[in-house]
Amino acid sequence: MPSYRDLLQAVKAEIAEIDAQSAHALLAGAAAPALVDVRELDEWEQGHLPGATHVVRGFLESRIEQVAPDRSQPVIVYCAGGARSAFAAKTLQDLGYTAVRSLAGGFTDWKRNGFDVKLPVSLSPQQRSRYSRHTLIPEVGEAGQIKLLDSRVLLIGAGGLGSPSSLYLAAAGVGTIGIIDDDTVDASNLQRQILHSTTTLGEPKVESAKRTLQALNPDVNVITYRERLNSENVERILADGWDVIVDGADNFPTRYLVNDASVWHNIPVVHGSIFRFEGQVTVFKPQDGPCYRCLFPSPPPPELAPSCAEGGVLGVLPGIIGSLQANETIKLLLGIGDPLIGRLLLFDALEPSFTEVRLKRDASCPVCGDHPSITEYIDYVEFCQGGGGAHQAGAHAHA
Amino acid sequence: MTTVRIPPTLRGETGGQRQVDASGATVGAVLNDLAAKYPGLAGQIFEDGEVAPFVNVYLEGEDVRTLQGLDTPVTEAATVILLPAMAGGR
Repeated sequence: MPSYRDLLQAVKAEIAEIDAQSAHALLAGAAAPALVDVRELDEWEQGHLPGATHVVRGFLESRIEQVAPDRSQPVIVYCAGGARSAFAAKTLQDLGYTAVRSLAGGFTDWKRNGFDVKLPVSLSPQQRSRYSRHTLIPEVGEAGQIKLLDSRVLLIGAGGLGSPSSLYLAAAGVGTIGIIDDDTVDASNLQRQILHSTTTLGEPKVESAKRTLQALNPDVNVITYRERLNSENVERILADGWDVIVDGADNFPTRYLVNDASVWHNIPVVHGSIFRFEGQVTVFKPQDGPCYRCLFPSPPPPELAPSCAEGGVLGVLPGIIGSLQANETIKLLLGIGDPLIGRLLLFDALEPSFTEVRLKRDASCPVCGDHPSITEYIDYVEFCQGGGGAHQAGAHAHA
Repeated sequence: MTTVRIPPTLRGETGGQRQVDASGATVGAVLNDLAAKYPGLAGQIFEDGEVAPFVNVYLEGEDVRTLQGLDTPVTEAATVILLPAMAGGR
């Protein structure tokens, strides 16, 4: 019967090791290997190598493919002293990984050499419990949840679409949510705008929204802008810094303004719109795909584009479309999946059906095209009344 | 006959129908046939003889502007989607 020492020696004879100095040089290079920390969670939380991914030893076999899908790619595994990582390296070899090395001397030797150690921000015990259904998903994990908590999302409108999207983003732990809306809560809103309630009738929507979101999740910092987005205030609001904009506006001037600002500031916009039984969702990511103007170079005449206030909307429809917007937003923040870039998803609540059409960036687009003709804010109200945007008197420069 | 999907904002012109049939060998011919059957639609989808800039026309999920525009050939089994901009969010 072999002892632990015998077993460790036998395993070490079958694997390759790398010392801290060579690993340090390799990790600083251009083609850095995948770096996997196989220690326990409490050890990881006390500090780890920069760029490492934490895969606790017990889950190594089942989760390694998410870290290193290509079995021929170089991988360095480490633990505290180099023993557990030796067994881990053997396991990875058995799984078909051909370029695995175990860090000799482990984390202890790395520190002794004076190399950088990353002290991770970690979730509090309360957060670990609150977000456990997220952190259990390998694609999210604790790192993804921390990313969400560090994220900043700006919502245009706290109405039909803004209600479900902000509720799900707050529940998901998106750390900072900005809401811009100049309206107050009206009885006719409550058929669908689930951020608000009978007790908040008459209140500014941003205040009602802030209370609802913070009651749902006190981790979330809600920044309110009780104003209507326009050419004068857009730069001030964007200067607060946003990772993603969720567009749930109810009018064309705001849609075009949000588009132009997002292209100039390179912020992705998760677009949703609704009317009666139908909704549209897409993601406008500057330069990666089309912008709103590529899709609709000019707005329809007002008589062809009735608003929900004029034409009505099924109350649950914004719930579906707004939730799809929250889904796209979380994917963009985490960098997972295929966002709806260059694809417009159409939902028909009556059939019900989802239809997808493809959108292309227009090289001659006046804003995101190769030779843009619109480079500063225009009078969007006039543009949407048929002014065509040619009149640029009083134009506002963007940062 | 080609199936044409009518968006909610234009259904007033088709008696509330969500999809209608129209015939023609090209996208332009199908849309002209549609406009002949439902005259109210003409002014809402055409501008100066072209598809209006606030309406997109998709053939099998592709924007016809990225194909051959109104000259794009259409088969009988095809579905054409008319898609005007909608602003509603509240």
